[in-house]
Amino acid sequence: MTGHMRLGFHAPETEEELAHLVAEAAETRTPLEVLGRGTKRDIGHPVSAGVVVSSENMADIPLYEPTELVMVAKAGAPIAKIEAKLAESDQELPFEPVDLGPVLGYGPGEGTIGGVIGANLSGSRRLLKGAARDHVLGVRAVNGRGQLIKAGGRVMKNVTGYDISRTLAGSWGTLAMMTEIALKVLPAQREVRTVIFFGLTDQTAIEALCIAMGTPYEVSGTLHMHASLAARFSDEDIAGAGVPVTAIRVENFPASARYRANSLKQALLAYNPALELDTERSKVFWGEVRTLKAFQDKPNPLWRVSTTPTAAAKLVGTLSRKMEVSAVYDWSGGLIWLETPTLTDAGGVDIRRTLAEFGGHATLIRAQDATRAGIDVFHPLDPSMATLSAKLKHAFDPTGILNPGRMYRGM
Amino acid sequence: MSSLTLPDPDRAVLARANDIAKQLRRLVPDAVVISDREGRSTFECDALTAYRRLPLAVVLPGSTEEVSAILRFCHDNAIKVVPRGAGTSLTGGALPLEDSVVVCLSRMTKVISIDPENRVACVEAGITNIAITNAAAVEGFFYAPDPSSQVACTIGGNIATNSGGAHCLKYGVTVNNLLGVRMVMMDGEIVDIGGSHLEAPGYDFLPLITGSEGQLGIVTEAAVRILKEPEGARPILLGFDSTEAAASCVAAIIAGGIIPVAMEFMDRPAIHVCEHFVAAGYPLDVEALLIVEVEGAEDEIEYLLEKIEDIAKDFLPTEMRRSQSTEETALIWKGRKAAFGAIGQLSDYYCIDGVIPLSQLPKALDEIGWICRKYRFDVANIFHAGDGNLHPLVLYNANDSVQLERVELCGEEILKLCIELGGCLTGEHGVGIEKRELMYEQFTDEDIDQQIQIKEAFDPSWLLNPGKVFPIEGRDARKLRGHELHVLESGIAEGHEAP
Repeated sequence: MTGHMRLGFHAPETEEELAHLVAEAAETRTPLEVLGRGTKRDIGHPVSAGVVVSSENMADIPLYEPTELVMVAKAGAPIAKIEAKLAESDQELPFEPVDLGPVLGYGPGEGTIGGVIGANLSGSRRLLKGAARDHVLGVRAVNGRGQLIKAGGRVMKNVTGYDISRTLAGSWGTLAMMTEIALKVLPAQREVRTVIFFGLTDQTAIEALCIAMGTPYEVSGTLHMHASLAARFSDEDIAGAGVPVTAIRVENFPASARYRANSLKQALLAYNPALELDTERSKVFWGEVRTLKAFQDKPNPLWRVSTTPTAAAKLVGTLSRKMEVSAVYDWSGGLIWLETPTLTDAGGVDIRRTLAEFGGHATLIRAQDATRAGIDVFHPLDPSMATLSAKLKHAFDPTGILNPGRMYRGM
Repeated sequence: MSSLTLPDPDRAVLARANDIAKQLRRLVPDAVVISDREGRSTFECDALTAYRRLPLAVVLPGSTEEVSAILRFCHDNAIKVVPRGAGTSLTGGALPLEDSVVVCLSRMTKVISIDPENRVACVEAGITNIAITNAAAVEGFFYAPDPSSQVACTIGGNIATNSGGAHCLKYGVTVNNLLGVRMVMMDGEIVDIGGSHLEAPGYDFLPLITGSEGQLGIVTEAAVRILKEPEGARPILLGFDSTEAAASCVAAIIAGGIIPVAMEFMDRPAIHVCEHFVAAGYPLDVEALLIVEVEGAEDEIEYLLEKIEDIAKDFLPTEMRRSQSTEETALIWKGRKAAFGAIGQLSDYYCIDGVIPLSQLPKALDEIGWICRKYRFDVANIFHAGDGNLHPLVLYNANDSVQLERVELCGEEILKLCIELGGCLTGEHGVGIEKRELMYEQFTDEDIDQQIQIKEAFDPSWLLNPGKVFPIEGRDARKLRGHELHVLESGIAEGHEAP
């Protein structure tokens, strides 16, 4: 039942054009695959839609006020373009969005800001500065009725009406297609120091990372990884360690960053801090963390697991008795990137069964099409949340035309 | 405003008042049910005291299960429900309706757990904001959002209005510090949203719940992020001989790459009142004062204060004074936090809460001064400057109904100005009944329709806190489906509480 809609690829240049197109699709009940530049197209269930709508032709940055810490970007603006613009004024995206492109076969920075917010992608600094969605000040979007809606604004505080803008973050284009996003940005960190520990067990490493987060030194990165994954980094000391590597990052102006690194080493003396990376080496290292360097070379399934730090090591330990897994723990264990063997279900059944015991949830980031079509890519919701989610979807997209089934079947 | 359209009371519900109270007592025998006139009158208004309404009954539940039973009963009997925490809303968010049951969470004050390893505190929603910090302080942690009313206001209320506070420039507002909630839906269903980990699966309902002014569900428990206390903190006082210079200095500090933990602005009237009240040591011969606080290790504090002084020098400050001791620091903040109370001792005031882009600060202050002069009111400005959240306090006589009407018009004009300058109607107090009719100044039909669709996904019968947030007068009567409307005249206000 596609009516008269032209099938194929559409990349409207204006919001009005997009609204018109979606309204037509709603009327004819034509499913739309919503995307930016498609770098995350392989995450979620494959969307079967004859019409693809991209924001790639809406890629300007209409407003950037460095003195107000605000940038307004069109949804199709690539991250590389946004970061280059921010760098001109010595600013950055505080949430340091993890770049999934390279593990999915794309170049770094190719993805759009619409994609980053739509997937709510935050990097290591999320622990200190908050998630991608925390930096969304407002959006303009087209809902599933084909109506152009706006929410929030471009100011730092706003409680005028329901917070639709942050709700769209992490909705993977299933509620509305964002056209413009106002973001809070911050001054870039000048000095970066990384304290490195070698050979800690997962449990001991997480204990150390939690202690670090409980200090007043504004730790902005807490990472632990298995030896096999550390070996894939370019820093020789880290790659050549042959043992698990644990890293803690501090940032600020030079004297303060140095002070913080030293204080941390004192606080964690018992864990044997072995190495301190300077700004240059730190930036390379955390840059590789951000592009998931550890998972770029092998095509194995990759999971993103969210749990509480104190449960993380036990969770991975339990899993490793069931299959061969390699893990990078970020957010002091609150986030686990998990490489699993190429099984039919990518290890999903065991992972979710184990999570039921420890608490948390898992999303499959990389897997073959057949695997993704066959299992729950996004973590199954409990019945009450599933009902509420279906109602929310209906409130935005009553005919269910936006990325149908991408997150959850029948939704 | 000074008169207000509200949903017509349901005569059938009013007629059953005694029976409803009786049934509630039977349903939740351990909860406190208040049905006598005197008891109910305690709950007839919140901190927007100009508007009052006696509710049908008030229930103070002690558990999530009791809240669930109450809501299911009200849902099945088509009885409206108004949620309430400490009643400190300045916008009438907790104003009862005649045919409503007020569900007040002030008995649910337990700290469920403090988990320093995972940096999470789990609490019941009726706990005060300050009590969370007090509980976490045992482990050297604190809860960051700190609204001026933190001694009284509850975390449930903070979630309802996405409260900020002086220190949110660095630490963010409620939504940025909330990890999970347990919430009761209008039909009595209990849902857990988020949890003690950083992200929830599926859609992110937390931002939708935060700031929804009690219209989507009643939050009974919350998991919030707690942070380690900084090594030290020290404010500097910067005095200027014009508000414009102070406002420009604020923008220059941010532009200089410094994000202080707080940056508070006070104009001459505010300084004088606070100094008189607290003797905080504020300079009296300046037109505007900034309290800029930085934190960290001693060296870091020194470094940042030096940089701030360097930047400030360009704006010819008449006073630059660093706090010399923890006592002095405490006094400086005591003055700021007492500001609303101090001004309230002097006169009634109408507290406005608008937000503007930072670069518009000098212009906004200038225009606000002019608008207040036009309406013949004095105004004191005292606000969180770093994030552009203005709180002009317009001084008026609340016992004079003509003045009340004029002050509301004056406030409306100031809020319209905020929108014109690229800002918004409310930064942290919420829309409530106060700004309901101004929503169309900021939003289109489609914008508001989308919000209504969400409201109806959660509460299709509009039983939960109806008559708030959405415009219902004039052309928008249709927004409150199925409810007839009537007009409530304002009573005479009897003084205000601090926000």
